[in-house]
Amino acid sequence: MPESIPADSVGLVTTHRHHFDLPLTLDCGRALAQYDLVFETYGELNAGRSNAILICHALSGDHHAAGFHSMDDRKPGWWDSAIGPGKPIDTNRFFVVSLNNLGGCKGSSGPNTVNPETGKLWGPDFPIVTVRDWVNSQARLADTLGIRQWAAVIGGSLGGMQVMQWAIDYPERLRHAVVIAAAPNLTAQNIAFNEVVRQALRSDPDFHDGRYADFGVVPAQGLKIARMLGHITYLSDDAMRKKFGRELREGKISFGFDVEFQVESYLRYQGESFVERFDANTYLLMTKALDYFDPAAECDGDLSAALAGVQAKFLVVSFTSDWRFSPERSREIVKALLDGDKTVSYAEVEAHHGHDAFLIPIPHYFDVFRSYMENVACEVG
Amino acid sequence: MRELRPDLAIISEWIEPGSRVLDLGCGDGKLLDHLSRERDVDGYGLEIDPDNIVSCIQRGVSVIQSDLDAGLSDYFDDNSFDYVVMTQTIQAVHYPSRMLSEMLRVGREGIVTFPNFGHWSSRLQLALGGHMPQSRALPNEWYDTPNIHLCTLKDFEALCHRLEIDILQRNVVDTAHRSNIGMKLLPNLLGEIALYRFRRG
Repeated sequence: MPESIPADSVGLVTTHRHHFDLPLTLDCGRALAQYDLVFETYGELNAGRSNAILICHALSGDHHAAGFHSMDDRKPGWWDSAIGPGKPIDTNRFFVVSLNNLGGCKGSSGPNTVNPETGKLWGPDFPIVTVRDWVNSQARLADTLGIRQWAAVIGGSLGGMQVMQWAIDYPERLRHAVVIAAAPNLTAQNIAFNEVVRQALRSDPDFHDGRYADFGVVPAQGLKIARMLGHITYLSDDAMRKKFGRELREGKISFGFDVEFQVESYLRYQGESFVERFDANTYLLMTKALDYFDPAAECDGDLSAALAGVQAKFLVVSFTSDWRFSPERSREIVKALLDGDKTVSYAEVEAHHGHDAFLIPIPHYFDVFRSYMENVACEVG
Repeated sequence: MRELRPDLAIISEWIEPGSRVLDLGCGDGKLLDHLSRERDVDGYGLEIDPDNIVSCIQRGVSVIQSDLDAGLSDYFDDNSFDYVVMTQTIQAVHYPSRMLSEMLRVGREGIVTFPNFGHWSSRLQLALGGHMPQSRALPNEWYDTPNIHLCTLKDFEALCHRLEIDILQRNVVDTAHRSNIGMKLLPNLLGEIALYRFRRG
């Protein structure tokens, strides 16, 4: 719990909910007749409605990106390091919108909400949603908020994929696209990791084909293993060595299978806390959205052609030790933008933190981010 | 107009308004900033130093963080630019000849500037002093320097000849970037900094 709210925090925030009645047709061919989106906003929308920023969250993220819900909160929102007064996304200058995507488990329509047509939980029957579906739903949220054009759409990882999709599908509705630690599509290795995650969830005896809620259980083992795998791959070898080394919890080995090394303890803790806060069906949907994202596929694999119509100016950022969304993949995005003579800057940040680096206030990363956003603020002032 | 380093001022005179420019080793982005304001030039900079990346972004210059020694093929197709500029950098790359060829692959014309190792003071220091030269243009010690491929005007022109590159314009100046009649007569002896504009032969 924060003793007091830090001066550079957006402070106590509340979650809003909007109900949409207009059916949303999805990539999978199904439609959501009605749905809810929950979101938070930080800062003030200016009179010209030109200073709005959309934050797109990654796999396990949600709408609570900054500030605290109550003085009892242990931690602030997931991207509090970047959003707040005087921070790179400066809430003194921008109006920031952050939502929970469809299929999520934090309040927006998803597997753990009630299907209005049946009166029962959606569970595994919630349709598989894609990055494009999310962007379409986000555009409708923008409409309801009276935002015709975002000053910038910003996201890391899976969030960065949404930013790219925005620039492709709604070229006139964003001035800037900030794509951090992302990729134009997943590599086979990345899809493979996601498949292990899915197998871990689906083979848990408590999974019950996704209807675990009907049985009053959660596939805790599956969630734990899925999260442990995620954590290993989001860090780098170097970061893990620096953080844990071969340190033992009890100072000596005990020739057993209980937790011995610190890294095991860390992973178990991360896995267990994830069970409390996340939903298995949502996790499955998120991994599918990641796997399916491939805007170049519609242009015979030509990413330059897929990005030919974008109008937004781009900032692309990658991190040297990120092996799940490596700098090479960000360079592909940059190359495709250069092919189309688009305005783009690219920073390849030296960092040992692996993929997680995008959430960490690394000085060079934040200097780049802040400088870029200051120019955006001046432009839309 | 803001104060511009004099060699950059000379280069900017060489560049036709409205053209597309790639600046290799663009530093803090002053040249591209100037070119875009004063000459309606559109372009990108390549730079490796993190602080310079931040300076470029502050100026609103489009910059790609990249190591020049990794080449340009990751990013640029043939004939993408009117000019490819490289100021005070060719002596610091691993393969200057490859770099010149790359410049003329992606650009119609190339512009380079470099410290002239044939300047009389360098010659004197080596001939009479018996040690590696140091000067205002080359302040580093031999053991701690990014400048690994120093050359003279003669050397550079010989390389251009070998690579079938046509030199279109040459200018030599001192470190204050002034020129005088002596430098025009004996450029390889009296010029401290050389500026060249060239294209495929």
